[in-house]
Amino acid sequence: MRAGVAGLRLSVNNLACDRGERRIFEGVSFVLEPREALVITGRNGAGKSSLLDILAGRLHPATGTILLEGAGERPLLECLHYVGHRDALKAALTAEENLSFARDFLGSPALKPHEALEAVGLAHAARLPVAYLSAGQRRRVALARLLVAHRPLWLLDEPTSALDTGSQETLRLILEGHRESGGMIAATTHSPLFLKDAKEIRIERTKIPLAPAGEGRGGEDA
Amino acid sequence: MIRSFNALLVRDLKLAARVGGSGVMGLIFFLMIVTLIPFALGPDLNLLSRIGPAILWIAALLATLIGLDRLFQGDQDDGSLDLLRMSHAPLEIVVLAKVVAYWLVTGLPLAIAAPFLGLLVALSPEAMLAMVATLLVGTPALTFIGAVGAALTSSLRRGGLILAILVLPFMIPTLIFGVSAANAAVGGTVPFATPFLILAALSLIAAVVGTVGAAAALRSGE
Repeated sequence: MRAGVAGLRLSVNNLACDRGERRIFEGVSFVLEPREALVITGRNGAGKSSLLDILAGRLHPATGTILLEGAGERPLLECLHYVGHRDALKAALTAEENLSFARDFLGSPALKPHEALEAVGLAHAARLPVAYLSAGQRRRVALARLLVAHRPLWLLDEPTSALDTGSQETLRLILEGHRESGGMIAATTHSPLFLKDAKEIRIERTKIPLAPAGEGRGGEDA
Repeated sequence: MIRSFNALLVRDLKLAARVGGSGVMGLIFFLMIVTLIPFALGPDLNLLSRIGPAILWIAALLATLIGLDRLFQGDQDDGSLDLLRMSHAPLEIVVLAKVVAYWLVTGLPLAIAAPFLGLLVALSPEAMLAMVATLLVGTPALTFIGAVGAALTSSLRRGGLILAILVLPFMIPTLIFGVSAANAAVGGTVPFATPFLILAALSLIAAVVGTVGAAAALRSGE
């Protein structure tokens, strides 16, 4: 099974997110189809990561729907890779062990762990415990996880953070390669990712004091 | 599904064996308690051998508890729990793999070490054999019950004490039947099989309820 599933379509409609009884953002809608990339921008705290968290099933949306068409019986969670701020690596295990666990555990295996590490330029560190690696190297191991199992949708939370310019270029090539094979990408970022024809959406924080007309918030003056 | 189960089981066993793992911690704690009690009670061999099974069982219960708070918290902290949610296998399989790994590195060594520690509390050979049997059959119940508490407290910073308060009451039946089975083996009016079979039943019930309950707790968290 290739990364891309023909006819896969992710449609997000009118999504809103609450954190601690405060509305973070609302009215976010987009459609993502194979070979497309979505770049999510916005200021710190605007809710970029929360949007990815909702897509990855870690948070529940306050309103709105997320629909994945064409995936058959596989739920959204089984069609995606998520690389967040926490790199989900076990410090006591080596880079290779971390990746071979992900490969066996996630199913639909793709590249072998050492091939994936070569692809991110870390072949020499395969036998080192992740605890000995630098922040940028850890991030590259986490990104190598994208390559060890086929998943059509990649959710990346600031994938370039801690990466040097050379690794950023490697990452760009990996992302473009994924798109060419029919995959989809949604990434939050502050620095430009230089992806070809990427869609962009900007998340704005809902301005609560300036929007008293919103449902349920009008009664504060009474 | 089996592949995911095995991958996670092997990963957790490796982690327990590496530096900073909780592999031998429970066993050393067990040894400490059992060694301390004869000092506190004095050199009365009759008294010791009479309450020996109870001492060993309480020590085993506490030894199971001390590492439990890290069962899911470690994965929660480094983001691995998000990865674990994305498997093709349901979360129940994830919980089962982690609990089995935990039992193999804490419960099983306790049962194997029981005869040696039984020497310290002047157990007779029959009582030692009964201790091994009851711990083998009873400690899975403790681990599965504890897993529900571990899942509930996984996102709390200092969840260890809350975990103990939550799960200790539910461990009491296991303790009662474990000790009474061990006592029945050396004499008394009740045949060994009666409390032993109830203990086995408790383990089986805990295996089902604990797995489903811990998975539900992980789903509702965040």
